[in-house]
Amino acid sequence: MKREDPARLMRTADAALACALLAIDPIGFGGAVLRGPGGPARDGWLASLRNLVGDRKIFRVPPHVGIDRLVGGIDVAATLKSGTPRHDKGLLAEADTGILLLTSSERLTLEKAALLAAAMDRGEVNGAGGTHPARFALIACDEGIDDERTPSILSERVAFLLDTGDCDPPDLAELDISTSCVQFASVSLPDRIIEGLCQTALALGIGSVRPALLSLKTARACAALDGRDEANDDDATAAARLVLAPRATQFPAGEADEPADSEPQDQDQQSSPDAEDEKDTPSPQELSEILLESVKTSLPVGLLAALEKDLRQKQAPKSGAGAISAQTGLKRGRPAGTRQGEPKNGARLSLIDTLRAAAPWQPLRKRDAPGRAGVLVAREDFRISRYKQKRETTAIFVVDASGSSAIHRMAEAKGAVELILADCYVRRDQTALIAFRGRKAEVLLPPTRSLQRAKRSLADLPGGGGTPLCAAIESAFTIADQVRRGGGTPLIVFLTDGRANIARDGTADRPMALRDAENAARGLKLAGLRTLMIDLSDARGGPARKIADEMGASYLPLPHADSAMISKSVGTAMKVRG
Amino acid sequence: MSARYPFSAIAGQDELKQALLLTAVDPLIGGLLAFGDRGTGKSTAVRALAALLPEIKATTCAYHCDPDSPGTMCDSCRSAKTHKTRKMPIPVVDLPLGATEDRVIGALNLERALSHGEKTFEPGLLAQANRGYLYVDEVNLLEDHIVDLLLDVAASGENVVEREGLSVRHPARVVLVGSGNPEEGELRPQLLDRFGLSVEVRTPTDVSTWVEIVKRRDSFERDPDGFTALWAAQEDQTRKRIVKARKSLNSVSVADAILERAAALCIHLKTDGLRGQLTLMRAARALAAFEGAKETTEVHLKRMAGPALRHRLRRNPLDETGSTTRIDRAVAEVLGA
Repeated sequence: MKREDPARLMRTADAALACALLAIDPIGFGGAVLRGPGGPARDGWLASLRNLVGDRKIFRVPPHVGIDRLVGGIDVAATLKSGTPRHDKGLLAEADTGILLLTSSERLTLEKAALLAAAMDRGEVNGAGGTHPARFALIACDEGIDDERTPSILSERVAFLLDTGDCDPPDLAELDISTSCVQFASVSLPDRIIEGLCQTALALGIGSVRPALLSLKTARACAALDGRDEANDDDATAAARLVLAPRATQFPAGEADEPADSEPQDQDQQSSPDAEDEKDTPSPQELSEILLESVKTSLPVGLLAALEKDLRQKQAPKSGAGAISAQTGLKRGRPAGTRQGEPKNGARLSLIDTLRAAAPWQPLRKRDAPGRAGVLVAREDFRISRYKQKRETTAIFVVDASGSSAIHRMAEAKGAVELILADCYVRRDQTALIAFRGRKAEVLLPPTRSLQRAKRSLADLPGGGGTPLCAAIESAFTIADQVRRGGGTPLIVFLTDGRANIARDGTADRPMALRDAENAARGLKLAGLRTLMIDLSDARGGPARKIADEMGASYLPLPHADSAMISKSVGTAMKVRG
Repeated sequence: MSARYPFSAIAGQDELKQALLLTAVDPLIGGLLAFGDRGTGKSTAVRALAALLPEIKATTCAYHCDPDSPGTMCDSCRSAKTHKTRKMPIPVVDLPLGATEDRVIGALNLERALSHGEKTFEPGLLAQANRGYLYVDEVNLLEDHIVDLLLDVAASGENVVEREGLSVRHPARVVLVGSGNPEEGELRPQLLDRFGLSVEVRTPTDVSTWVEIVKRRDSFERDPDGFTALWAAQEDQTRKRIVKARKSLNSVSVADAILERAAALCIHLKTDGLRGQLTLMRAARALAAFEGAKETTEVHLKRMAGPALRHRLRRNPLDETGSTTRIDRAVAEVLGA
């Protein structure tokens, strides 16, 4: 038999356990986030869950679902047919007592996520059609890569965050949970375990009480699954590993220096249950230490690096591109006529124009529907108001933190960016920040309106190393593209001396690096993106000038510009927008 | 409706709880903004308040007017000679994020318009919330134009609808409670200033508080009715305190010296306009009433300075000093430590 990766085996076992636990009380546990691309593991997991929950209905919801469809709105077809308003009660209410399966949950907008979260909190939904019960479990299939994530207001409300990208389908065909379901309600939880789990959550830097509550429930369900009436330390360990570990934002105190690589080796010994054979009951403090140990084995390798980055952009609202700005064109701004369409998702019905459109057909329709009083309106008569709206601008700062730039000009560049940030704040523009140094460009801050976060990530900006300009341009392009798809207007501001010396493939080769950077710059111009180049070098007309020309950027050499002037230029660039 | 978590059973979050209670004592304080970490019980507290507050006597119209106060009635109630009344819990209305303007302020009743050719007004959420609370979770994600509208109504106590040939005005005396997480986007400074009080909600960091929160919540979820019964006496006590404080509010005096202190504090902090000072005075008085004091003292002023002024400081976007620290400093300088 081929030797399996122990970490993979463990993930598979955890996913299977989570599936069984969730089936015991789907609504109480909130649900799960399944992160990773679709595949046999995820399909198998979902099939197992479906099998275990028996007659609960499963509702599939795509991320582009309309708000009206979620919380209910006027059912146009039924309304027109009957002549009296008919409300559609919405998916959330329909899914009451069932399971909501959200596909590509990383693309869900914050607004819709907040609606889902509110329904989960209250167990009911308050839509246009009235208040309906809406108690459901949410299974979010998260196919995001890198920073794309299911909105944190949702992942915070579900018990299990699983990585189904790299594990095997669970084998739960033989499992019968019917007795566990009955027993679950009466499982007791010693105070010791409650305290131990709370302490563990705190030690892992989990800032919210919800996961702690979910971990208690998990410990109880584990005991029920095992046919016991009281939860024990093993249940607590499983709960800590399943619910708390994936939400860790810090290594437990004193552990941060430990090299991450050394952990997998002693893993077998730690995870085997008979390692702790002293049978006297540990105090909450000791229990918490045991739990932390077990959690550590399940923290993925490389977490430390990821955590460092996460700390900088703590709990970023990772949702689909342009989360809130989308579709507002139908809701606000200056009125700009009407068009045919349905009054859904916030579009306003223009009553007069609708009636005007319906008027010529009245004699015909009355003949077809005798006995109906009033004006007979059909679906095609609907006219909705359109509004012209200024599009939201997102300023993407691409800051050169390499050795060549950093020494001279970093302070001035930071000063300029801070001034612009203050401006953006006043204008309600969004900002994003990319820094590049060493071998790669890093998105320090995805587009946000939060000034606090922008300031924090700017203050933490490290300096020194090579100048991977090409990588920086490419990552700016990606973000700009996302912003544009979300209906916003991106503006990219480069602050660099243009002395690229790291090529696209990561090698230190100056001529090739410059060529790559120029190519990437041309890409920006072709895509029609607005750019501004602030040259940090001493000599104007250097490589930065060349790259600015390639990308069709407005060029501004810093030696002749102080922070205030840069800020003014950006302000002007933003006003000249589509 | 599912059982509500008892207000008194909320562990920690004393500032939030106190601010909510004070808005119940004196609704003129003008709303509350609770910004902070997730999972800290903001929503729980607001929803729990509804169950805590004493019932009100109301007419049977769509706006549930107060039969004893003709000045705040809707037009139809005012013109009526006698009123049918009923008892009802104080309305706490949730404003869902996706709500349209029509839904919030009310709109032409399409059914009647189309089928009977009548022009009738269909009241919206603001009408529902009259004399009570309108709660907006994630207020920072709400569209700006809706937030503007809400604050206007909350300040004037009246909802004016002028659209589609309708011309309606009705009382909408609502206390607006907003909550949110500033990491997900901020509110415009102009809007911040319109909320009466603001509290910063932080996750507790000591284990014992966590354990307490988690234990209580856990036993509530396992047996909501039993848990609620357990706290009923304490809920009742708080309810009585509120009723008593409301009655005594008008007799609690605020000496000129105290007003001067409040003014000095606002001037020192350079808060814009008079709104801050007025709120500070009202909040301090409500606190005095709630605590059974006969007059407002400097101690009350000190304790309310944070919630009443924190969000009104002219912000230098690049200054790292937190608003709370700045207020503490100013309080120490103006009022003495």
